[in-house]
Amino acid sequence: MFYRESGQFKTSYQTDQAIFPIAQDRWFVYAILAIAVFVVPFYIDDYWANAIFLPFLIYALAAMGLNILTGYCGQLSLGTGGFMAVGAYATYKLMTMFPEMNFILIILLSGGITAMVGILFGIPSLRIKGFYLAVATLAAQFFLVWLFNKVGWFYNYSASGQISATRMVMFGFQITGPEAAPAVKYLFCLGFVLVFGLIAKNIARGRIGRAWMAIRDMDIAAEIIGIKPLDAKLGAFAVSSFYIGMSGSLYFAVWLGAAEVGEAFGISQSFLILFIVIIGGLGTVLGSFLGAAFMVLMPILLKNFMVDGLSIMAVTAKHVEIMLMGTMIIIFLIVEPHGFARLWQITKEKLRLWPFPH
Amino acid sequence: MLFLAETVISGLMAGVMYALVALGFVLIFKASGIFNFAQGVMCLFAALALFDFISPGGFMDRWFGFYLPIWLGVIATMGVMIILAWMIERFVLRFLVNQDAIILFMATIGLAYFLEGAGDIMFGSDVKPLDIGIPQGAVDFLLDDYGLYIEKLEIVAAVTATVLVIVLAIFFQKTRVGRALRAVADDHQAALSVGISLHSIWVVVWSVAGIVALVAGIMWGSKSGVQFSLSLIALKALPVLILGGFTSVPGAIIGGLIIGVGEKLAEVYVGPFVGGAIENWFAYVLALVFLVFRPQGLFGEKIIERV
Repeated sequence: MFYRESGQFKTSYQTDQAIFPIAQDRWFVYAILAIAVFVVPFYIDDYWANAIFLPFLIYALAAMGLNILTGYCGQLSLGTGGFMAVGAYATYKLMTMFPEMNFILIILLSGGITAMVGILFGIPSLRIKGFYLAVATLAAQFFLVWLFNKVGWFYNYSASGQISATRMVMFGFQITGPEAAPAVKYLFCLGFVLVFGLIAKNIARGRIGRAWMAIRDMDIAAEIIGIKPLDAKLGAFAVSSFYIGMSGSLYFAVWLGAAEVGEAFGISQSFLILFIVIIGGLGTVLGSFLGAAFMVLMPILLKNFMVDGLSIMAVTAKHVEIMLMGTMIIIFLIVEPHGFARLWQITKEKLRLWPFPH
Repeated sequence: MLFLAETVISGLMAGVMYALVALGFVLIFKASGIFNFAQGVMCLFAALALFDFISPGGFMDRWFGFYLPIWLGVIATMGVMIILAWMIERFVLRFLVNQDAIILFMATIGLAYFLEGAGDIMFGSDVKPLDIGIPQGAVDFLLDDYGLYIEKLEIVAAVTATVLVIVLAIFFQKTRVGRALRAVADDHQAALSVGISLHSIWVVVWSVAGIVALVAGIMWGSKSGVQFSLSLIALKALPVLILGGFTSVPGAIIGGLIIGVGEKLAEVYVGPFVGGAIENWFAYVLALVFLVFRPQGLFGEKIIERV
């Protein structure tokens, strides 16, 4: 009844090409943005920022990156954790070498450095594909983690082998460090996610994104119609690593504040982000957000439910949580293998006809 | 020279251990095209179950007041793995027929999480020394006469792997079920059309993979105790897989040997120059370099693509 596009005429190419062509969608997104920008910062506290909002935003950014590579370009990667580590260590080195540098610039540069590393590890994708490539990207994961563990230069020879974020101030607001206000951290990450979410959406629906999708669907056919696999594949690796590097940088500097490479950027991180992408929906930008929200919220809800609700011991609850995670992933894949984005699509289709579906 | 020989031999033996894990991967990938990430956790699960069957204070002891002799324990664990295979087919794979390979891969990761949590809850997460009577220590006469240090356990593993491969080869080539398995591996639809039940074939394949996982679990469990890190040997088996080719049983063995020797040699001769602990990634890089020249692995089927 309310969700119907009848009467909305498109009179210019611009309106026809809009990201949200239906007015109701547009207003819905505006409303969410307004809440995210004008309401949440006033109510956010340390717990909400560190347990829910920062992980959500940072994982959503990383998932967008992986989605570009896996969802749009079809190159399965298990090296996400390693690339996040590159972003984090690049940020750390830039922070300590040039303490006066603009923090936004540092993050963008870290993304750029990660993009270059990503291209390097993307080169095998020109020869191999499918699961062979997935295993090959594990080489990146293990090698990078080992590198940051072994070479002291990367962590400035600190005794603990940890890296910790220095104090960064922008426009009079402190962004990193333990004294930073949760609202500032939140808004900083939100800004990045919104800007780069918009960019991702626009890359994906433009010429470059279409080239990626052609490669994904069948690379030989794509090559025949004139898409250069070299450009498309390495481009996807570069853009994807750029996003993942930025998210690694925010993950280390803004959220955690200090990180140890094996713990923070291990292979479980790679799998977590792959889960987010698949559960959210491969090849959709929206799915990255929905998947991230699900994977951040579900463990918290499960834990609260089991420890507080059923008063199970915390140690047992941890095992049960892992088990339930596995079960839910399987159930979800069975029920909707195309992820939340598809569910959202179906809901919208249904809403269109509601309440008179016949 | 002696040191080199010792390094190579211990590398070969380590390679056999990797190959045992890789074998389970290959079996499942061949028959169903599923990249089974849960293979490592299946090894852990099988070893845990076996340990609980045969040791005092375990599951059998607590519930029935006695525990099984080793041979019966092994058979009982095989039963557990077969039931597990049936459950996986019935509750997971059946619903995921015809999905993308990546979805199935994700489902096996979910399965890995599930088995990991279930194993911890059911059997506890402490390190368990698994001893089923495999001799430990060095082979005496080699050590005395030639100064070569070779673990008895590794020789047992090598012999077991050889026997396992021969048995599997006979099973695949000579039996009715084996022929059906190869038919399914060749072409799902064609196999269905001649009356082969995909469901039962999958149960068989996952059972065989489960039993191979049990063997690998016993070997690794005897070597370093049954513990959580056992499930991580799956990550060690992956480079073996891409080196040997996903679809080749001999590939898994030879890939395992190459990786084992390469890793040991690199650790001894290259490791000290770059700060050590390179065994985590060296195998991957070795496999990666190899793949650039031969994308389908050593023995993988030639990839033919048509538009």
